[in-house]
Amino acid sequence: MSKISHHLPESVLAAYAAGSLPYAYAMVAAAHVSMCAECRAIYEAHQCAGGLVLDDMEGMAVSQNTRRQLMDSLDLEAPPEPPAPRAFGVYPAPVAELLGDGGPRWRKVGGGVRQQILHYDDAGSIRLLSIPPGRAVPDHSHGGLELTLVLQGSFSDETGQFGCGDVEVGDPDLEHTPTAGEEGPCICLAATDAPLRFRSLVPRLIQPLLRI
Amino acid sequence: MTPDQEMTEQTRWMLAVRDERDKRAFVALFDHFGPRLKAFVMRGGTGPELAEEVVQEVMLSVWRKAHQFDPTRAQVSGWIYQITRNCQIDKLRREKRPLPEMIEEEADSGPDAGDIVALEQESAHLKQALHRLNPEQREMIEKAYLGDLSHTEIRRITGLPLGTIKSRIRLGLERLRHELKSMREI
Repeated sequence: MSKISHHLPESVLAAYAAGSLPYAYAMVAAAHVSMCAECRAIYEAHQCAGGLVLDDMEGMAVSQNTRRQLMDSLDLEAPPEPPAPRAFGVYPAPVAELLGDGGPRWRKVGGGVRQQILHYDDAGSIRLLSIPPGRAVPDHSHGGLELTLVLQGSFSDETGQFGCGDVEVGDPDLEHTPTAGEEGPCICLAATDAPLRFRSLVPRLIQPLLRI
Repeated sequence: MTPDQEMTEQTRWMLAVRDERDKRAFVALFDHFGPRLKAFVMRGGTGPELAEEVVQEVMLSVWRKAHQFDPTRAQVSGWIYQITRNCQIDKLRREKRPLPEMIEEEADSGPDAGDIVALEQESAHLKQALHRLNPEQREMIEKAYLGDLSHTEIRRITGLPLGTIKSRIRLGLERLRHELKSMREI
């Protein structure tokens, strides 16, 4: 846990604390912060700053009705709180919650690489990737920002080596070929806000099927 | 003066709510934060009725989730800020905001009052720093924490002097990790 060397940029943590990250990135941020005390401290520091902005607001009177309803509801029995999500295997709590019981349901995407799309909407996608030792994900670039968090094993590409807990921040102009380390399968959580673009023809043809 | 007396009244109210379920302290918290919350939510473009609903929901969460409040990692306003943004995102965007794994401390492992005061002092310094900004910068900070800036626009506010707060919070996290570790060893 202490060996995390690639962190989320502070702007991403600030945006996460402010609640302005699109869902897919927020999921990667939640997972990384679950694994990295350093980034959790930065995230919570931004919450403190948000609190100061709140505290500095010039107040607007709240109606007596709201106040009374609130005071009346203090004695009501609270609906049972759902148990706090827990980590499952290599999956930090927020990811485990999204996965549901039983862990990932992998689908083959070629070259021994498997994936599960966890969420997909107009704002982007979030998926899990499992890459066999020594294998590569097809060379691709992407339209927007890509955040890739390593949950197990490691991968390396043109920009460096990424181990468990590390995040790679892929700018739109990054073209890379992530290759899993030899020590075992590499499992990653990847978020994008735009479809990936593969350079060779075949992946480009199947891309709509992969929905990535 | 004991550290206890140096704590802000908001923190003392919140701890009374957390540890003694003190309703008078809760009313004091409501009178302080309720109107600010309403203004905060309306600044984000929400109408007065829905804003009051958010205020009610947030303050009820403050009462019900009080056991999660850790004054060595957040001052009261920061903790309420987080609950508010979660509530707004759940309500207005209709999506569940992904949250980090919780690290909860045991109820009886009371943190050192000195740590609480130290974090409060750091946030007081930050508050002074915010007040020294020019009006445009202030407005930018406000927009950022209201959630009105995109993650690319937010780069412009990351020059805030958050350094010492970060190290304070990191100390709080280390204390928790240490406690959890000794709990596992038992």
